[in-house]
Amino acid sequence: MNRPTPEVLAHRPPGVGATVAAQPSAAPAASPPPPTSTTGAGALVKSLEALGVEVVFGIPGGAILPAYDPLFDSSVRHILVRHEQGAGHAATGYAQATGRVGVCMATSGPGATNLVTPIADAYMDSVGIVAITGQVPSGAIGSDAFQEADIQGITLPITKHNYLVQAAEDIPRILAEAFHLAATGRPGPVLVDIPKDLLQAATQFSWPPTLDLPGYRPTLHPHGKQIREAARLMVGARRPVLYVGGGVLKAGAARALRQLAELTGIPVVTTLMARGAFPDSHRQHLGMPGMHGTVAAVYGLQKADLIVALGARFDDRVTGQLDSFAPNAAVVHADVDPAEIGKNRTADVPIVGDARYVIEELVGAVGAEHAAGRRPDLAEWWSTLDDLRARYPLGWDQPADGTLAPQYVIKRLGEIAGPEAVYCAGVGQHQMWASQFISYENPGTWLNSGGLGTMGYAVPAAMGAKVGRPDATVWAIDGDGCFQMTNQELATCALEDIPIKVAIINNGNLGMVRQWQTLFYNERYSSTELGTHKHRVPDFVKLAEAFGCIGLRCASASDVDGVIEAAMAINDAPVVVDFVVGKDAMVWPMVAAGTSNDEIMFARDLRPNFDEDDL
Amino acid sequence: MSTHTLSVLVENKPGVLARVSGLFSRRGFNIDSLAVGETEHPEVSRITIVVNAEDSPLEQVTKQLNKLVNVIKIVELDAATSVQRELLLVKVRAERAMRSQILETVQLFRARVVDVAPDTLTIEATGTADKLDALLGDLEPFGIKEMVQSGLVAIGRGSRSIAGPALRTAA
Repeated sequence: MNRPTPEVLAHRPPGVGATVAAQPSAAPAASPPPPTSTTGAGALVKSLEALGVEVVFGIPGGAILPAYDPLFDSSVRHILVRHEQGAGHAATGYAQATGRVGVCMATSGPGATNLVTPIADAYMDSVGIVAITGQVPSGAIGSDAFQEADIQGITLPITKHNYLVQAAEDIPRILAEAFHLAATGRPGPVLVDIPKDLLQAATQFSWPPTLDLPGYRPTLHPHGKQIREAARLMVGARRPVLYVGGGVLKAGAARALRQLAELTGIPVVTTLMARGAFPDSHRQHLGMPGMHGTVAAVYGLQKADLIVALGARFDDRVTGQLDSFAPNAAVVHADVDPAEIGKNRTADVPIVGDARYVIEELVGAVGAEHAAGRRPDLAEWWSTLDDLRARYPLGWDQPADGTLAPQYVIKRLGEIAGPEAVYCAGVGQHQMWASQFISYENPGTWLNSGGLGTMGYAVPAAMGAKVGRPDATVWAIDGDGCFQMTNQELATCALEDIPIKVAIINNGNLGMVRQWQTLFYNERYSSTELGTHKHRVPDFVKLAEAFGCIGLRCASASDVDGVIEAAMAINDAPVVVDFVVGKDAMVWPMVAAGTSNDEIMFARDLRPNFDEDDL
Repeated sequence: MSTHTLSVLVENKPGVLARVSGLFSRRGFNIDSLAVGETEHPEVSRITIVVNAEDSPLEQVTKQLNKLVNVIKIVELDAATSVQRELLLVKVRAERAMRSQILETVQLFRARVVDVAPDTLTIEATGTADKLDALLGDLEPFGIKEMVQSGLVAIGRGSRSIAGPALRTAA
């Protein structure tokens, strides 16, 4: 029987995952408490309690109903959402904001299939959540019973692992395994499907169970030789860049990263999933790379002679056309998931390990190189990058039609709510602007759907984040299209005392799609007009009020600060602000899909002039 | 493209085969043959997969396979250092006049007749894919009424077992 080492269980810093990771391997010195008689449902709820779960987002229904009875008396808080998708994203938002495992629960069939999108979302962004679903009774499985869906089969490609429970006595072990899998190594969603008859069956509950995961052995500690080789390259490079991805946040490695960056003086770029891993205000931060990244960050990677990728995966939105990405760069690629290394870009120095250990060991190894007198001169590199930063800062043009600039709203929101607030975006233009124009200084303050690009993520994820961090101000920055996909969770927020704030960047359109139609489809706006301007359907202020929230509206620049401050002053109810903004604003810079990063456009018809002679 | 034989040790649990085969199809690989069976450890099954793939995509799919929680170990077995066998059952048209010729072929290939009917013979043969292809080539002129083949199974030559210490503690 393989037991995870204490190191495997405890590799996360306190408060990051460790609190919910099961500790079954720590052989108890005292004899464990004797088993108690209960039902499968009782064992489920007792397991959740033993795992330290504080909240479950879910909706009951036929097959999961037995679980809701013991949950009624439990210390675990159940938050009744309005749609299972909301439960899934709330669990994700909770996990991303706290570093703990998020939990959602649904019944069989449609309840379970409504979780598919958030599970896929969590899978793409490597977020540790556990989804618990009821299943039709074991005898009925495979018979097309009422509300039957093979959710284990359906979620096979979008979960880190999933279970269809076969016996009630397995429930504690499977729950412990599910939480362990979700939180450790490369985190990810785990689904546990439990047939109704097993929830009702009599069983014994004892804790802690013994994990049985012989095939699961994540490599956390990097290989010393690879670290030394990486350090050797880092002190020898003339144009190095630290390419920081979401893995750095997941590993709780932000502090170590800052140490490494400052020790080496190497410029840092943070991907969409890593915003907040390195302070935006830091002199060495070039911003976000990729399709809508800063010119300096895109150029920095493109012209680098060494890319040190830390918990990043060379996603197509970062590399642009892969063949022409960073053609002259040697690559050090560190990731806890060996399958990411070499997947898209060949790594010259592959390092498998947890980002925190990798970065801490790199600090030591680079220090040793420095002590031996090997220290690079990056002055020329920095002068090139500083020049680019000065010439191509992030910015926007005031809309010619006099409408409110969405970028201005978002920038002011970030300045007024400040770097301690949590910002949670949907998907599209507002997401890019929220990434660009808010200054992130702390880990866990920027939540979004990066990999899957799930419209509708923001409101429920903000709800989950607020539950996990009730003392933080949580702003959902959402588009009018995204908001209409999951706004029903405002009812949950209003009734469950979850006072989130929602800024709808309402441009009346599916803005990002419209931007592509403007640029690539001859301004033929096929099915992107939502009518939220033209017909004011829905009226977001009235909608907010109907959901028991406070609704505010702002349509002019002079009102922006006042409305944001009014929203900030309300702490006893959810607030929705309808920011009516212009429809023609576009996200710049932009690397068009499928083209080379060399083709980055600073604004429409404006390509930066990279002085090739300098390079 | 070249042929690779992967031996995959997995936990003997429901749904594991679907996880493994699904991964290959999702990543765009066509499985040439697949065989599953128990091992010396009842809790462990062994899946032998033959795929046609370039080295670098194969490495990627192997890494993805390794990520499956129920996968314990993956070893690539090459033809030179392993024994590789498939099982073939073939029903051949065998009028009385042709029987002796067919039986001669059967003997040449060290195959066996396992069922006799008035007008057919059913032949069992094991061997490498090449040998079985050759046998089928020789039987073809008589008329093949039906045939069925197992997936390839393979085991490394020499005294070492692919079940390392990790597996022994697992089982």
